[in-house]
Amino acid sequence: MRDRGIIVSGLAGFLVLITFPVWYNLAAGTTSKAPDLKRPEQEKNCVAPVAYMRTSHMELLTTWRDQVVRQNIRTFKAFDGTTYTMDLTQTCMKCHASKADFCDRCHAYAGVTPHCWDCHIDPKLVQGGRG
Amino acid sequence: MSIDRRTFLGVVGFSALAIAGRSSIAAPVAPPLSTRWAMVIDPRKCLKDEGCIDCIAACDKAHNVPHLPERAHEVKWIWREPFDKVFPGQSSSYTEETLKERPALVFCNHCDNPPCVRVCPTKATWKRADGIVMMDWHRCIGCRYCVAACPYGSRSFNWLDPRPHIKQLNPDFPTRTKGVVEKCNFCEERLARREQPACVVACPEKALVFGNLNDPASEVRELLRGRYSIRRKPELGTQPEIYYLV
Repeated sequence: MRDRGIIVSGLAGFLVLITFPVWYNLAAGTTSKAPDLKRPEQEKNCVAPVAYMRTSHMELLTTWRDQVVRQNIRTFKAFDGTTYTMDLTQTCMKCHASKADFCDRCHAYAGVTPHCWDCHIDPKLVQGGRG
Repeated sequence: MSIDRRTFLGVVGFSALAIAGRSSIAAPVAPPLSTRWAMVIDPRKCLKDEGCIDCIAACDKAHNVPHLPERAHEVKWIWREPFDKVFPGQSSSYTEETLKERPALVFCNHCDNPPCVRVCPTKATWKRADGIVMMDWHRCIGCRYCVAACPYGSRSFNWLDPRPHIKQLNPDFPTRTKGVVEKCNFCEERLARREQPACVVACPEKALVFGNLNDPASEVRELLRGRYSIRRKPELGTQPEIYYLV
């Protein structure tokens, strides 16, 4: 029992070290904070309900891509009956104008790197707007 | 009731004839007018100003076509070639006198029997119902079989990242990435908006005419009716759909 002090302090040190990532993130305030997205101000409705878009926008975009490129179908009828042109840069990014403030914030938080913008152009990249 | 062999065969024969006749008569007489896009080029109008590159510039701008410094890396959608390179079987030593150095406009022929489509292992390129040889850049794996298969050199491979080499980015059309093959798409994105191809609109001499070959009243059919036309390497059986008026 003479080593009680060493064992207890060793255990305490071990616990502090092993839980360090949790403390660190709590202190930095990054754990509980969801990404702060900049939502479009003028438009209230998206092409699908927000909950669906949040979880499945990538599937919707893949369907759009296949229909436009492979089947030459260009229009999409939304859940509320509105018709949209299936186009990432002209339809999606008309409202979600800033890739950096909308797409990137969530993708960075989730740690995903979609390759849409390897080819598709962020309209903000082009000086002087649409040419 | 008894029936002898001869009567039986007669009845069966007439019945078969009636069925065959009825189906051939009842077949739809006028199928709905389909679309087969094609281009007719009038080189005489095109050659009025040999320095003109309006169509090439319009295409490059519409489709974010890069301009790479090295010829080996070149990416081309619509460009000019000397006559004897475009029509190797057509030139004699006398036609060469006037035409040899004269350029002819060339781009994807959107063949009826496209060899590039046949060799593509991923179906990244295919022939649409309206005749356009379309590409899906999402699906291209960059194997370059199509580049080797095309007898017209219409396909270009992106050896480098094209973005830094595009003069003016058009945000409404994607660029490509390194490792993807590209070519003229007959401006299918403009056709979807019921617009004519960019090169056709840009030509000041109206030397390029675009239209539906399946419509007997279309301007392309009118031109092909009125003047003799040639196509590039027709002997290969690819059935190119770019016509050059003579």
